[in-house]
Amino acid sequence: MTWEAVIGLEVHCQLLTKSKIFSGAATAYGAEPNTQADAVTLGFPGVLPVLNGDALRMAIKFGLAIGAKITGRSVFNRKHYFYPDLPKGYQITQFELPIVDGGKLDIELADGVTKSIGITRAHMEEDAGKSLHENFAGVTGIDLNRAGTPLIEIVSEPEIRSAAEAVAYLKKLHQLVVYLGISDGNMQEGSFRCDANVSVRKRGTSEFGTRTETKNVNSFRYVEKAIEYEIERQIGVIEAGGTIHQETRLFNPDTGETRSMRSKENANDYRYFPDPDLLPVVVTLEDIEAIRLSLPELPEAKRNRFMQQYALARYDASVLTAEAALADYYETVVKTSGGDPKICANWVIGDLLGLLNKQNLEIENSPVSAADLAGLIARIADKTISGKIAKEVFEAMFAGEGSADAIIKAKGLVQITDESAIASAIDEIIARNPGQLAEYRAGKDKLFGFFVGQAMKATQGKANPEALNRLLKDKLAG
Amino acid sequence: MHKLSIKQLSDGLHGKQFSSRELTQFYLGRIARYEPSLNSLITTTADRALAQADAADAVIAAGTAGPLTGVPLIQKDIFCTKGVRTSCASKMLDKFIAPYDATIVQKLDAAGMVMLGKANMDEFAMGSSNETSWYGPVKNPWDLERVPGGSSGGSVAAVAAGLAPVATATDTGGSIRQPAALTNLTGIKPTYGRVSRYGMIAFASSLDQGGVVARSAEDAAIVLQAMSGFDPRDSTSVDRPVDDYVAALGNSIKGLRIGLPKEYFAEGLAPSSRARIEQAIEVFKKLGASFTEVSLPNSPLSVPTYYVVAPAEASSNLSRFDGVRFGHRSETARTLEELYKRSRGEGFGAEVQRRIMIGTYVLSHGYYDAYYLQAQKVRRLIYEDFRRAFESVDLLLSPTATDTAFKFGTNADDPVAMYLNDIYTIAANLAGIPAMSLSCGFADGLPVGLQLMGNFFDESRMLNAAHQYQQATDWHLRSPKGFE
Amino acid sequence: MSLTADQIRQVAHLARLELKPEMTDAYARQLSNIMAMVGQLSQADTSNVLPMAHPLDMYQRLRLDAVTEPNEREAFQTIAPATENGLYLVPKVLD
Repeated sequence: MTWEAVIGLEVHCQLLTKSKIFSGAATAYGAEPNTQADAVTLGFPGVLPVLNGDALRMAIKFGLAIGAKITGRSVFNRKHYFYPDLPKGYQITQFELPIVDGGKLDIELADGVTKSIGITRAHMEEDAGKSLHENFAGVTGIDLNRAGTPLIEIVSEPEIRSAAEAVAYLKKLHQLVVYLGISDGNMQEGSFRCDANVSVRKRGTSEFGTRTETKNVNSFRYVEKAIEYEIERQIGVIEAGGTIHQETRLFNPDTGETRSMRSKENANDYRYFPDPDLLPVVVTLEDIEAIRLSLPELPEAKRNRFMQQYALARYDASVLTAEAALADYYETVVKTSGGDPKICANWVIGDLLGLLNKQNLEIENSPVSAADLAGLIARIADKTISGKIAKEVFEAMFAGEGSADAIIKAKGLVQITDESAIASAIDEIIARNPGQLAEYRAGKDKLFGFFVGQAMKATQGKANPEALNRLLKDKLAG
Repeated sequence: MHKLSIKQLSDGLHGKQFSSRELTQFYLGRIARYEPSLNSLITTTADRALAQADAADAVIAAGTAGPLTGVPLIQKDIFCTKGVRTSCASKMLDKFIAPYDATIVQKLDAAGMVMLGKANMDEFAMGSSNETSWYGPVKNPWDLERVPGGSSGGSVAAVAAGLAPVATATDTGGSIRQPAALTNLTGIKPTYGRVSRYGMIAFASSLDQGGVVARSAEDAAIVLQAMSGFDPRDSTSVDRPVDDYVAALGNSIKGLRIGLPKEYFAEGLAPSSRARIEQAIEVFKKLGASFTEVSLPNSPLSVPTYYVVAPAEASSNLSRFDGVRFGHRSETARTLEELYKRSRGEGFGAEVQRRIMIGTYVLSHGYYDAYYLQAQKVRRLIYEDFRRAFESVDLLLSPTATDTAFKFGTNADDPVAMYLNDIYTIAANLAGIPAMSLSCGFADGLPVGLQLMGNFFDESRMLNAAHQYQQATDWHLRSPKGFE
Repeated sequence: MSLTADQIRQVAHLARLELKPEMTDAYARQLSNIMAMVGQLSQADTSNVLPMAHPLDMYQRLRLDAVTEPNEREAFQTIAPATENGLYLVPKVLD
């Protein structure tokens, strides 16, 4: 008997606004508890919500980027439940008329096949606060700074069939919201959170099994593990003759297991109704077109353009366009250095990303700016330094020792292009190594490398490699 | 002095016949003398009042005063007042010192008015008799054994007894108009969205509207003018200039077309009240108004519609009172669930609990369509009735209440009978149109009110008609005995 | 439409209200009367009527995305029932 998993994901993505969705309180992460909880956030008596226009525009941006229909008249509802991190006793969210209706996201699977995952809807809502259980005996502390932060909840169709597909979908979605500039996508800080609805069924059947919802899995790796665990668990239960209960489960990263959240078991009756403090949100076609014009170039389009414009391989273009900031960096390097786009790509992908990864740095925090890297590449192109010396210069730049020119000057790394100087160095080496010369001339070609090494050493690596090779070959030949 | 109009008070202040401090002390003296028999105030703010009065006197001395500078008022205790207890007449908020001002409090403070105190009311504005206040019932100055109406019972009792020249009030289903009618006052609920709801503790958000109770249409117009206007902090506030209500008061009402909705004169209306209203119609005719009968066929469904919509919104609005961030918190709760249930069980009175339960029920799974959605549809039918009526008439005239003030305890165990008190007033809230009540005489020594309803944002025309009527009559000038 | 004492208890739970036990029957009777009155709504023919959530035929106004509210934690927490280190305290939340 073979089983098939059916997975739908609900992603809560915090929008990158300065202020909250319904009030002018700040949304910055990490502030002292409740210092960003104003009267509206706290749900004080008599205070009223007013919608943040940027939050709305960001949600629409997202909708346009996934090819969704933007709802011309969307409505905010109240969803009621009592929980201490929900100050008003209801969450303002969208229910029947979400701002983003439909859409899809194409993901690439490991075998190179593209699969389209349908998106049911994305709606705007306010985030809840946080309950802190540590440091207090018998009580829970409530911090409402996060409450009221604008979110879009992005609901996928149950078209995902494996943990790997789920991760591919999430990564694609994450890339998109960061590209659009509507979220910082910071998963550690909870800006991008995922709930996974998982069920299993016998392969070939079309009915859905009973699903469970695993909450708040906050990294790609955990999503993969949680879904894999849940699939195995459900198959195990069914094969042992048991039944799956529709329930909310919590993933434990320490054990890699999910467990039932009993406190959320009580059948909820959310009593949704239109929020009478807010009016219908009307978006005109003109509004939508203006937002469409403001959309940045999206990852796929950018990748295809890089392949064409810079003659890059698909892999290199994909790496460079994974993040908008990296793509911008690369394009600045190409433009400023005037160098070969392929060489620039090698520098960015190989050297720069290598060091950044090693030091766990984001491109935004790179110690070497795009202009600095362009300066280095320009020095290679004009033969001031060799590619080999350039690696040394680059490492010095990364260590904060200054610009390429400054380092080249300070370390005296200017390439020796004066052929007479190179020739005299070669003469000296040949004179000092008669044995090796004889062997070389007797046919031991490998010794050419030995002479190159010696000559480079003599010139402290600064000899122009092309001139060195040519002159050495001539002289060794006698 | 307590019978002077706001205009006369303002003239006296500007003419230096008396200072705002003297005026304020005079009213504080009346409060000290009469309040024990009325229970119209939850909080008296004497120190704050005198400080405001001194500031007003300085403004008057500087010659920069406006028409309300130095004039005292009472705020209904539903409006948040920074640094002053704002209880909404509930045990839940007995210790709630509001950390901010309602927009209308800011506006009236800025106009130079002097707040004497916070008026008693039905708990969370839920009631028609002021018997649901946690601070005890308010007495009607016209007969201390009778109710003053509700929910703005403290506001009307205080003004009727001359403890303040004017008071703010709110109206969700008649809470300004019915108490005004029962105490010989003029009370106006403007168009929904005309007065900011920011800082006004919500009962039913799509129905609530702030307004004013006063001794004449002119006084009401002056204060309403200062309260009204766009507020960016209220999404339902309307961004539209406020008409000059005061300037329009003197207009002739010759040719004014007034409709008489026949459903409002059907059975249930006390014969003596009907007689007073018919006399008032004759006065309006003499002033040049013409009358035609109109039909608002869906008005019999106003009360059932209201008792779905208002409790539904209230049950939601009152969810925030959970004992966590402010308000009453049970001292016996050990678990979170106990904290919620006991704080709310102890903090809310019976009428509030009833309405929370009705609202919770009609919104709950399986009942939403039959009750809440159906009520919203009927609400549109009621609205359409008014829209059609205002195609052929300028104003509608009706009784405000079915009868004069009733005795305490009349409907103690019969909420439905109590709810029917608002049968004539509720429709205006459902439709969102402006409406007002003014006195049109007495029956057995108790005031009878008539209601005017206008088209959207037609407060000016309504106040003008009321003022012209009050120029031709003197019912509104009568005061209850025992409060000289 | 009549509500039983059990239904009253269910609704009270949903609304997080602890009712005095002796009130339950009175509430059941009163709410049944209210719901009977409300039941008149079913008489209305609303087959082609759009629900009206709001009296205003307006749409939502948008706020500029700007931080306008300062930190007022101290003022807000002076009226809070229980706080510590800037946090609101509630009995232990279990999940």
